[in-house]
Amino acid sequence: MNKQLKDSAPTDSEVILGILNNSESALKKLYTAYFPMVLQLIINNSGDEDDAKDIYQEAIIVLYNKVKAGDFELSSKLKTYIYSICRRLWLKRLSQLNRYGGDIRDFQEFLPIEEEDVEQHSDRDIQFNKMESALRLLGEPCKTIMEDFYIHNKSMQDICERFGYTNADNAKTQKYKCLQRLKKLFFQQK
Amino acid sequence: MSDDQLLEVIERYLNGEMKPDERKKFELLRKENAGVDGKVVEHKLFVSLLKQYGERVELESRLNAIHDEIDVHTLKENLMIHPMWIVQMWRNHHSKISVAASVAIFTVLSVLLFTGKMNNSDNSNIIELKNKVDRLDKSNTNLSRSINAIRSDKSGKSKPVIDKYSATATGFAITADGLIATNYHVVDGANAVSVQNADGTTYKAEVLYAEPQHDIAILKIVDKTFEGLDAVPYTFKRAESNIAEQISTYGYPDGYPAYSPGSLSSLVGQNGDSVHYKVTIPINPGNSGGPLWDSKGNIIGITDAKQSQVEGEHFAIKSRYLLNAIKNIPADSLDKKVILNKKNTLAGLSDAQKTEKTKNFVFMVKVYN
Repeated sequence: MNKQLKDSAPTDSEVILGILNNSESALKKLYTAYFPMVLQLIINNSGDEDDAKDIYQEAIIVLYNKVKAGDFELSSKLKTYIYSICRRLWLKRLSQLNRYGGDIRDFQEFLPIEEEDVEQHSDRDIQFNKMESALRLLGEPCKTIMEDFYIHNKSMQDICERFGYTNADNAKTQKYKCLQRLKKLFFQQK
Repeated sequence: MSDDQLLEVIERYLNGEMKPDERKKFELLRKENAGVDGKVVEHKLFVSLLKQYGERVELESRLNAIHDEIDVHTLKENLMIHPMWIVQMWRNHHSKISVAASVAIFTVLSVLLFTGKMNNSDNSNIIELKNKVDRLDKSNTNLSRSINAIRSDKSGKSKPVIDKYSATATGFAITADGLIATNYHVVDGANAVSVQNADGTTYKAEVLYAEPQHDIAILKIVDKTFEGLDAVPYTFKRAESNIAEQISTYGYPDGYPAYSPGSLSSLVGQNGDSVHYKVTIPINPGNSGGPLWDSKGNIIGITDAKQSQVEGEHFAIKSRYLLNAIKNIPADSLDKKVILNKKNTLAGLSDAQKTEKTKNFVFMVKVYN
């Protein structure tokens, strides 16, 4: 029953170096190499392809952040690590949905995943969700100003031009007003 | 200082845009004023969170772009484990199947109840049924044995004879001229009977006399090739045997000769019937009609039908009823008066020696329906 997946996977060190160097092609290779494995896991354990996409992307992000933070030690095959993370995430999701029957059909070997990795990730997810809704509530033009300045590192000069402020001081005042409101919106949420 | 101005100062401080003396002044302020210090920390964390959020959004859009290039649908088709049709059928129709099964069970039970088949007082039915199944099974193996015999006989010198008997049991010689005792139920309803000796030679036989009430039948070998036996080595005991006596039988439980030792466990059969002994001995339906010896080599009974409930517990017809049956054989069906052997030549021999001496007197009874 267990269909073995054929994949032309990149080597593990290739992936890690690629992430550290922001290589788009390495990310793509990584993504396409292991997605079928995770899709197989999810669709055969009462999920659909959208669940698979969510879970897989979460796992890739966990890996990505761990590598970027420099605290990723490859103690097993990367494939096994990704499978284990997805398995862990999916079990959690299933039990949240009350769909978990106590049994999961496995297709790969897996390792016990440290709770920390997944917990940290979900904590951060909560923060990001708050930020997302705070930005949405903030509205335009504040939202774009915040994103341009703090995320895309654009200069005040660029922002002035884009929004047609007559001088940089006006723009600056506007920026701080927006930031104050954003903070307020962010911290108001529970 | 307004909040906006403070924010601007904090930002300049954090971005390292302050001149050294300004920086010193601000750090002093931070130390003195916990509120300012808190704002600095908060701003730092918030801005970094905002930045990380941006990075996350960007990473997600990159991943989504990659994802869009994957043909998820085809992959899914290939990777889905399709359950077997029977599992699918169960999933789709299990309620209907359950209802149908319940109805079927209910119907069977009520039919059994109304026709009185549930009443199991008549357990001889069970035994007979069991024997019948055994017989069918045996006829099947015999058939395949005959087929094999034909196959192996490639020389073609002798014309293969297909021996199509439907059941086998055991019988034993009463006299040297070919009188054989067996169970009545063995030959009941048979079209023809034959007996096969230890060498594998088959002789045509016929039922000379039967006592269905005691399940005894006396056969006579009528085959022209039969030349008689040696003197019968065992004797027949008229008196009742002793409980716990060591006993043995020899017969053809499944078409092959087998010796089984055991012990006499009761002087009465099922429900206190005095025709039978209860014996503890490992035998099978094919042993029916076999001789039951005591330790001295006296025939004390005929092995009878197997009891269905208790493993290893069986019944044997007491030899007294066999002797009576022999006496009751009508004189006109006999060539000469039956004279039973009075001299036991088995006493003192080992079991193996006894079996060796008696095996030519025990026959496989083959029944043709």
